[in-house]
Amino acid sequence: MEILGESLSQAWGLILHFDPYLGQVVGLSLAVSGLALVVSTALGVPLGSFLGLYHFPGRRLSIALIYTGMGFPPIVVGLFVYLLLSRAGPLTFLSWLFTPQAMVIAQVLIASPLVTGFTMAAVKGVSPRLHDQLVSLGATRWQATWAILKEARLGVLVAIVAGLGGIISEVGAVMLVGGNIEGSTRVLTTAILLETRRGAFDVALALGLILLALTFLINVALLRLQGRTLD
Amino acid sequence: MSPASVTFRLALLLSLLLVTACATTPTPTLTLGTTTSAYDSGILNQLLSPFERTYNIKVKVVAVGSGQALELGRRGDVDILLVHSPEDEEKFMAQGYGRWRQSLMYNQFILVGPPSDPAQVRELEIREAMIRIANLKASFVSRGDGSGTHNKERKLWTKTGIKPQGEWYLEVGQGMGETLTLASEKGAYTLSDRGTFLAFRDKVNLSILVDKGADLLNIYSVIIVSPAYTSPQRSALAQKLADYLISPPARAIISRFGQEQYGEPLFTPMEQR
Repeated sequence: MEILGESLSQAWGLILHFDPYLGQVVGLSLAVSGLALVVSTALGVPLGSFLGLYHFPGRRLSIALIYTGMGFPPIVVGLFVYLLLSRAGPLTFLSWLFTPQAMVIAQVLIASPLVTGFTMAAVKGVSPRLHDQLVSLGATRWQATWAILKEARLGVLVAIVAGLGGIISEVGAVMLVGGNIEGSTRVLTTAILLETRRGAFDVALALGLILLALTFLINVALLRLQGRTLD
Repeated sequence: MSPASVTFRLALLLSLLLVTACATTPTPTLTLGTTTSAYDSGILNQLLSPFERTYNIKVKVVAVGSGQALELGRRGDVDILLVHSPEDEEKFMAQGYGRWRQSLMYNQFILVGPPSDPAQVRELEIREAMIRIANLKASFVSRGDGSGTHNKERKLWTKTGIKPQGEWYLEVGQGMGETLTLASEKGAYTLSDRGTFLAFRDKVNLSILVDKGADLLNIYSVIIVSPAYTSPQRSALAQKLADYLISPPARAIISRFGQEQYGEPLFTPMEQR
């Protein structure tokens, strides 16, 4: 309990003085996971709506693949990205190994199936007759899909939140492809791992509390956004 | 605000953030692969900042287990290595992955265990101590992760002629800090590097029981990865770093490091030939 109390006060100290090391780590966490989330949303929402609304050959296989992706261990994604970007790998010309870009790629691969799968479930939850009605009323497929997405927006928001949850607190993949380099690829989770390994449990816990608070704030913000659009 | 415009603004903001975060300076960059025990002690920060200032070269440090560090070198993903796994290093050199290798510094591995010392191994010679632990089936925690420390432990067991197995021998596959914590919880013995143990000594209920003898020598070496796997330019930069690391100013930093925090230096610089 002593460590907990100390860490709480230390976390406050770090936040109040806006420690530059902390600022950098938090900034990079937000930038990497935020960009990965934007890309995952741009990929996952259209793909999820398509899979949920339209029938085509290979649909069941695609859905099975998405579900598998949702439960795929992030560390394996990390290993895959590492091997792609490594100097002996096919994408070595990018020179992206141990850079934030590599971390974004890994996180996109982790979050996209989550966003896709949950979006698919959300649009499936909208009455299938709505789509037919909209189309018979003269809506194009795009217009009908957009209308259904609007109808299912709470579910789509949940999909995005799930994607964020899957990456902001992920440690193995970003450690492997980012390398936890100070000032360059160190994010909250890898910093927590490092401080724990160093025996600096108080700093680690302080960082953990910040991660917790950040996740909470992001979720509150998204929910508020949702509440406003519902009115 | 419609959700689309919110998403767009968010995307814009985040891309800006990322661009700022990734903004690359024109300074040349080297990647150093090293072992967690050296990195976690903090010595690299002290060693590298004067080098970065003097030569205007940025050194990115990737800290992993020695086994993984050497693998990063084999794949050419790092330019220079600081590791402590002599046999693996020799193999690495013999296979042509490295073009230059030199010992940089050393300290002693230590055998730590519960202060009550149930197997009565305090101050014994290390092989004798390990034989006693095995014979009495006193709990022993092994890193089990292919790290330099784990390799040392395996080598020591080989020298005793004992094949450790059974309920008393726990392979955890974790870092040194986690292993020490676990050993403390289980009242077990384990082999540790001095630096990590000193960082953890207030948090674990373990004492140093054996810390002498040539068998416990822990040597850290610098290896420059062969330009065939990196590039001639990177290799030349790596040579600058290597030359600096074995220079008198760097050795002075090594011999002082840890004095303030632990009351004793953590490493001894190698005499250079």
